[in-house]
Order: sequence, then C-alpha cells, then structure tokens
Amino acid sequence: MSFKAVSNYQIIHEFKNSKIGLFGIAILFFLICISIYAVLAIPLDSYRQWNNPNYWINYPKAAMPAWINIFSSQKQPEHLMLDKPIISQQVEEGTVTVKNTYKFLFNYDFFPSDFMLNYAVQYGVIPPIVTIQLTRPDGNTFELVSKSLPSAEGNMSSFYDTIYSTQEDIKHNLRSYLHKFSYDVDDSRPEQMLFSSQSGPRVLKGQYMLTQSFTFFNGEDHVLNSQLIVGGKVYGLLGTDELRRDLSVGLLWGTPIALLIGLSVSILSILIGSVYGVMAAYKGKRIEQGMMMIVQFFVSIPTIPILIIFSVSIGQSIFLIIGFLIIFSSVGQALVSRSMGLQIKNFQYVEASKLLGERDTKIVFRHILPQLVPYLFANIALSVPGAILGEAGLSFFGLGDPTIPTWGQIFHDAQTFSATARGLWWWILPPGIMIGITGFAFVLIGYTLESLVIPKKKGNRSQ
Amino acid sequence: MSFLRFFIARILTVLVVLSAVILMTISLLGTSMDDILKTSIKQDVVLAVTQDTKLSSNFKNLQDRQHYIDNQIKGTIHAEGLDESWYSPRSMGTKFLKTMTLDLGRARFLTSDSGSQQVSNIILEKLPKTILLFSTSTIIITFIGLYLGAFSANRIGSLVDRFTSAAAIFSSSAPVFVVGVFMILVFAYFYQVLPARATPLTPPTDPYYVIDLLYHMILPLATIILTGFGAWAYITRSLVVNILNEDFIAVKRSQGISEKKIIYSHALKNAAPPVIITVALSLSASLSGALIFETIFNWPGMGLLYFNAINLRDTPVILGQTYVLVLIFLITNFIVDIIYGLIDPRVKLL
Repeated sequence: MSFKAVSNYQIIHEFKNSKIGLFGIAILFFLICISIYAVLAIPLDSYRQWNNPNYWINYPKAAMPAWINIFSSQKQPEHLMLDKPIISQQVEEGTVTVKNTYKFLFNYDFFPSDFMLNYAVQYGVIPPIVTIQLTRPDGNTFELVSKSLPSAEGNMSSFYDTIYSTQEDIKHNLRSYLHKFSYDVDDSRPEQMLFSSQSGPRVLKGQYMLTQSFTFFNGEDHVLNSQLIVGGKVYGLLGTDELRRDLSVGLLWGTPIALLIGLSVSILSILIGSVYGVMAAYKGKRIEQGMMMIVQFFVSIPTIPILIIFSVSIGQSIFLIIGFLIIFSSVGQALVSRSMGLQIKNFQYVEASKLLGERDTKIVFRHILPQLVPYLFANIALSVPGAILGEAGLSFFGLGDPTIPTWGQIFHDAQTFSATARGLWWWILPPGIMIGITGFAFVLIGYTLESLVIPKKKGNRSQ
Repeated sequence: MSFLRFFIARILTVLVVLSAVILMTISLLGTSMDDILKTSIKQDVVLAVTQDTKLSSNFKNLQDRQHYIDNQIKGTIHAEGLDESWYSPRSMGTKFLKTMTLDLGRARFLTSDSGSQQVSNIILEKLPKTILLFSTSTIIITFIGLYLGAFSANRIGSLVDRFTSAAAIFSSSAPVFVVGVFMILVFAYFYQVLPARATPLTPPTDPYYVIDLLYHMILPLATIILTGFGAWAYITRSLVVNILNEDFIAVKRSQGISEKKIIYSHALKNAAPPVIITVALSLSASLSGALIFETIFNWPGMGLLYFNAINLRDTPVILGQTYVLVLIFLITNFIVDIIYGLIDPRVKLL
C-alpha cells in the first residue's frame, strides 16, 4: 500500500461532498437514535426478562405485526391488553361496589382467539362477590361470571385470579342466552358466541363494554389491579414470536448491543493491531521477526471453529465473545500497519527525532501513529460488519450470551422453531434486515473514507 | 536455497499451529473428553464380551464374568492413559498422537447415515457434500467475477460499472445467511418453486439421486453466488484497470489489436492468477461462514453437523470437526502460499 499524507480537515471537507458517505452517516445516525430510544423509553426490565416466559404470558403466540391489516380486506383481530379500566365506586349500607369498566372497539372480521381477565383483590373476613358482564354494540348484556371468592385465609389477604374464556362456568352461564341467536351458535366457544352477530356466524362490529364489579362487605377491601386481555392474531409493530415475546422489544434492544459489539471490537482491535504492527516495524530485526511470527500464527487459525470451541468450553458471556473477536480481528490490522510503519519509519523527521534522543514509545505514538489515523478510521468502519456478523454467527449456533437479546439470537430462535418453513416472515426478516442495514452503513462510510485516503487508481482507455 | 527456507518455514508454521490448536482443545475440554472416552471403552468391552460366545461359555458364574470385564476395562483405560489426569504427559501424548493420525474417537449421540458412530466416518460422509456445494459456487463466482470485472474495467463509470460497485457493497454488507433466509422465504414459501430443504429425499442408490441433488442445490448455490460475485468482480476490476496502464498493453494497442481482445485475453490473463489464488484462500476461510449457511438450507454437510453437534453437546464430534476444519484451512493456505511463492518471489520476504 502506497502512503499518502492527508490532513483530517481535508477528509472532513471531502467527506461532506460524498453522497454515499453521507448516506452511510444518515443510517448510522438513525441507528444511534434507535439505541437512545431503546435505552431511554423501553423499560430495562423488558430486556432482562427477555428469556423469562412468565413475563410474556399475556402476549399472543406468533402474532403478525398489526399493520398487516392495512393490506388485507379481511381484518385480523388485534391483541388487546387493557389495564386502565374506568373505575367507579358505589357505597350502600354496609357494602361497597367497585366497577371496573373496559371499553374497546372490535371492528375486525375474525373472532378473537380467546379472552382473559387477570385481577387481584385484597379482602378481610367476608369474601367479596365478583360479577362480569359484557355489553355488546347491539345493546344486549350477557352475564359471564357471578361468583363469591374463596374465604380469606387471614385478615386482609391478597387473592390473585385469572378468568379464562374457556372456563366451564362461563359456558354454563352463556347457555341461557342461546335463544337470542337466530342460528345454531356454538356455545362451547364463548369467545365466538359473545362476539357473534345474532343473525348469523359473523362478527358483530362496534364498541364492546366489559364490566367487572366487586361487591365488598368490609370497609378496607379493595382491588389491587385488573387487566383484560382479548386474544388476537396481530400485535404491535413487529408482532410476537413463538415464545410470545414482543419482537419489537428484542429488535430495539438489539440495536445498542450490536453497535456496542461492532464498535468496541473494531475500535479496540484496530488500535491494538496498529500499535502492535507499527511497534514491530519500528523495532525491526529480531523483535520484528518474533512479533510477526505470532501474527502469522493467529492468521493461520480459522476463526469461527476456534470461537466455537472457546464458547463451548469457557463460557458464553458477551464480554468473552467481544474479547475473542478483538484478538482475532486485530491480527489483520497488525500486518497492514506494519507495512505502513516500514515506510514512515524511514521519513526524515522520524530519523531526526531519533537523533534527538527521543524515547521509542514517544516516537511511535507521537510521530508515526498519528500519520495512520485516517487509515485507521476507514479500517474501523470497515471492520464493524465483521464483528457484528461474528457475534451473530455465534449466537446463531446457540453460543451467544443467553442473558441479552441480540439480533443473532432472535435469528437463532426463529431457526429453532423452523420459522422459515412455517412462513413466519416477521420473525426472520427484521433481525436480518437490521444486521444488513448496520453492515451497509459502516461499509458505505468505510468505502468513502478509504477512497479519500488511498490514492485513486486512475485509469481509462484514452491514457 | 531461499525457496527451500521459505518452504521449510511454512511447513513449520503449519505444524506449530496444528499442535497448538490440538493442545489448546485438549486442555480446554480434556476432563469432559476423558469421561466420554471412559464410558465408550466400558461399552466396547461389555459388547465384545457379550458377542464372543466362546469366551462367555468359559465363565463359571456371573461374578466371574463381571470380574473379567472389570479387568479388561481397567487394562484398556490404563493403556489409553485415561487413569491419569488429562495434563499428565502420557495421557496428553496419546490423545495428541490419536488426533494427529485422525483417530477421532466415537461420537456420543450422532451417527453417520450408514449407522457408524466413528467421528471420522461421520465427517468423511459430510465433507464431500460441503466441498461439492462450495467448490461449484466458487468456480461460478470466479467466472462471473472475472468477466464482469474485466467488462466494467473497460467501461469505467458506465451502468455495468456502477452495478459492479453496488454489488461489491452488497457483498460485503449482506450476510450470506440472512440472504439465504430471504431466498427461502421468497422461492420456497411465497412462490413454491424450489425446495427449502436442501437434503434430497431420494436415497443415494437411486439413479435420479444426482439430478435430485442438483435440483436441491439451486437455491443455496444461487444465494452464495448472489452474495459473493460482487466482491470478486470489484477486485478483478481494479486489477484489470491497473494492468491496462502497463506498457505491454500500450504496445498491443499500437499493434492494432482490437480492444476486446486486449481486455479479455491479455489483461484478464494477467489478472486471473492473483484473483484465483485469492478466491482459493477465501474459500478455505469461507468454510467457517458455510457452517451457518448449511444449517439454514439443511444442506447435509459439515455445517449442519456442527450445528447438531453443538446442540447435543457431542464433544467428540465438535473436536473432530474443528480439527479437520483447521487442517483443511492450513493445507489450503500452505499450498496457495507455496504456489504464490513460486510465482511471486516478493512473498518470501515476509
């Protein structure tokens, strides 16, 4: 590689004129914005709970993204998770009635897959009575549940319960409303019967109102929380996976992690590699030969199989993976920067400072390395995709850090549940696209920097 | 003389790297390997005694038999050096020699299609499939790369040239496994024209097996070519551009030889050897990338074997495969280095 001195000012100036370089910067900026949004707006809890199935229990299974409805005439029901009911309270002689009312629009062409109510109450000696009613857009009100809660174990004990649509008492209660339907409605599927039109097996569209009322007999009894889930087939911006996890959370959290892996590996490996290479070139003779033999050794080892052995035997921490990647990717830079160092070492000012008696480390760090800085930036940008791919590859084999959601891991999970064969595209495409986009941005920046730094090979036929 | 020194130095590097990798894997996975080996020895001995009817009839009672089996197991374990800790010189030496001579031991769970449990048999069965897929794609990529590169070198700034640059950027940013999944989704799920699973369903003895295999190869092959050709075209392009500025090309031009002939026969002839050598080098490097790729397409090669072995924690297979991959990588690099050293004397300096 022939050497050309370029000032940083020149590079910034010329970079501004490069369209593809600016495009790369724009994508990178977008990714950084996503990372900041992920860190600030999404609770840290969700990323820690990524592999905890209980956290995602209320989410739908393998649901498509919600925006899919825009493209089809038959609307799929959206998964509704309502936890902010309208609360009203009525006090009568000795009893308190608390009503939690959920209002929701159901304008879809398919029945919900199921529904459930999670709630928790705290009560004293006399257990409260719970009734649940659903008021439909056509004015009919169906009573689903009316029951007394079990008697308290102690004073003011908390009681957690979930009412499922498949429960026997709901089916039993609904049987008394069969006469309201003019066709033979299936009373074993409450979610269909409740959301069905009276005249035929169609969805009755409009606003539904579900009221859950608690009748308390002790003064201090109260509802702790309550949540209504109407199971649907589409959910959120990116849908959910087979393990009910919200993919947008995983994908958003994957962004800062991918940038962290990519940037830390590339910056550290390029820095270590170039200091090592320049040092070897400057020292020369035996020391150089010895140092380069170590480099030759690492160049001769195929990376992925060795990384696999490391992960299988030592452990699967993200920092270990970053460390291994740094070692293996700094080797190439050591070779390149040695050949550059050999050229710079013979420049007159380097010889002059040597004659002035400056220390070796000072010459290397103050006089030789700064000359390489523009090249280093180009190499840093160009080695980011490799680092991200390295981690994605390991995660794909199931050898990534299991505590952190990365794009590679989402890809791995999709592969384990054979998402490609089942056509669960919303599970596979987004992580793939994100890996591709990130690589693309850095390649664009890297190519632009490289073309500014390395003298252009001009050549055409007329020459 | 100096070439001999270069040759010897290269062989030494290969040997040192190989021994270092083996020693490292033994020290990392030594203890768990010992347990696996011991269980497999026990199985072997019991099986041998049960099958040998002559020997079985000699035992007076069950205790006698058990005593004999225990003795046999003890003897074999001692002979293999397994009664000592993994870092003892004898135990390590036996393992080292065994690995070096490709005696890779027995798999824990995986078997080859023919039912053999020997790791070397399993690998020998899978390796040709990987080589088939990747050598075919490399040959095609090299051809496309060379001709597209030469073509765009001739017309810098043209539409084809811009396409080559775009393909180069695509090559270096789009991971091959992601593109593979996209291809499966499009061609096997949305438009069901090609099979998603690359494993042919017909048995290998069937006369149509080869056709079936080729049919199943289309999708993975297309993916590798699509993601690979851009980088090579770009490299060829810059090489050809450089060669076109050389004096001998100017001489050819002055002789009145047509531009087409200059580009495709003279310039390309000079650009081809370095490109082919780099492709060969990258082929051995891409073996690691192939690992992920094969898993996605269910191609019954080394990659899928790796994936299964890791999921089942089948340590002997993982170790054996790593060793074979390192060996292939080293041998390819060695051969390419020697050829390069013969062609280009400057390489020896390093």
